[in-house]
Amino acid sequence: MDAPPNPWLSWRYVENNWGEISDQLTIHTTLTLEAVAIAFAIAFPLAVLARNVRWLAGPVLGTAGVLYTVPSLALFALLAPFTGIGRTTVLIGLVTYALLVLVRNILTGLEGVDPDIIDAAKGLGYGRWRLLFGVELPHALPSIVAGLRIATVTTVALVTVGVVVGYGGLGQLMFRGFQSNYRAQIATSALLCVVLALALDLAILLAARWLMPWARRRRAA
Amino acid sequence: MSVWTDAWDYITSSTSWMGQNGLTRPTFDGGWSWAHDSILALTIEHLYMSAAAVITAAAIALPLGIVLGHVRRGGGLTVVLSNISRAMPTLALLTLFAASAIGFGNRAVIIAAAIFAFPPILTNTFTGMAGVDADVREAALGQGLTRMQVALRVELPLAWPLIAAGLRTSAAQTVATVPLAALVAGGGLGVIINTGLATQRYGEVLAGGVLVALLTLAVDGLMATLQKGLTPPPLRIRARSAA
Repeated sequence: MDAPPNPWLSWRYVENNWGEISDQLTIHTTLTLEAVAIAFAIAFPLAVLARNVRWLAGPVLGTAGVLYTVPSLALFALLAPFTGIGRTTVLIGLVTYALLVLVRNILTGLEGVDPDIIDAAKGLGYGRWRLLFGVELPHALPSIVAGLRIATVTTVALVTVGVVVGYGGLGQLMFRGFQSNYRAQIATSALLCVVLALALDLAILLAARWLMPWARRRRAA
Repeated sequence: MSVWTDAWDYITSSTSWMGQNGLTRPTFDGGWSWAHDSILALTIEHLYMSAAAVITAAAIALPLGIVLGHVRRGGGLTVVLSNISRAMPTLALLTLFAASAIGFGNRAVIIAAAIFAFPPILTNTFTGMAGVDADVREAALGQGLTRMQVALRVELPLAWPLIAAGLRTSAAQTVATVPLAALVAGGGLGVIINTGLATQRYGEVLAGGVLVALLTLAVDGLMATLQKGLTPPPLRIRARSAA
């Protein structure tokens, strides 16, 4: 007796299950964006603090580094007993991982600003905040954008590990496909994951180009 | 809090370390495998799977990186590879393998982990080899060294700090990836977490998480020590600034 067909890619699977697929895709996307946004909101002040208070830079990067080394499955396992099963646990885990990349890149960006430029701005009477947001931030943007891109792409991949606490977005479909040996489900969700990562990466790249017209002009010149 | 006491009880009981029936269990075909109710056996299995993955990856990535770095070609390839490996979820690869001819279990996990261990080693070897001062290469060639000798006796030692950093990253990352094996019926310490979640024994989940985290940090620390010990002193400063 022939085994029933079990194709890797099947349009019928996508058609028949579009509701579920789009639900998980939405969860995956919003979870990623939320995690990166929260991580950025924490990372930026931390990086500025580490830049201004010299001796804090080591401990901040060190702690983030140790947290980054903790395996994702272990981190979700450590959180699950306290934050329960579901979205919160995954979100906290994702923020933790995005944090290191962001803090490191923001710090590198801020430290890479030419001291002469800062001197000039100070000489023009720029206050501390205006200096930060008007001069240093735009100069640090390339490094920050690079960090955001890495953080976003890794976060998309990490969301799938959320299956251990029942909230893995597209990982949920992958895992169910594994359990029932449903190739189309696994392949479709894996493809969507990679496509989502690339799409978000491209979106950040385009947003950055729009935000930094000067970089564009310099390259053209 | 009862989760803490549960975790403590689990981690301090000798049965959870040694297993109900010893460290190994017979398999249906007369062989044996590591017992999945023993922390010790799972740790050994975890380290074995990680080592197998890193050694497999290094066996291909090191020669490839040395050759590509020496001829200074293929830099784009290494960048593309590391970008793709970042976007590809480990779970996707594991489940894809499971549904394909590769199947599931430890062998499939080792292959998947090796694929993820590959890019850091390749990228760092390439960058290290290609980054050697052109004057140094010229001088070595001018003294009559063959290209092989230049690659292995001049460029390789100079590139070593970066290569060692790549091996360290790769090893730490692999030890952190292997726990996912538990989701596709593989072994390693992830089994404790997975079993604990399935049976709602959160103390065990917590204990498993701590064990996996400690093992990763230990391997990372060990690799850092090895990296430092194996780097000639004059090169250490550069290694630190590169990492």
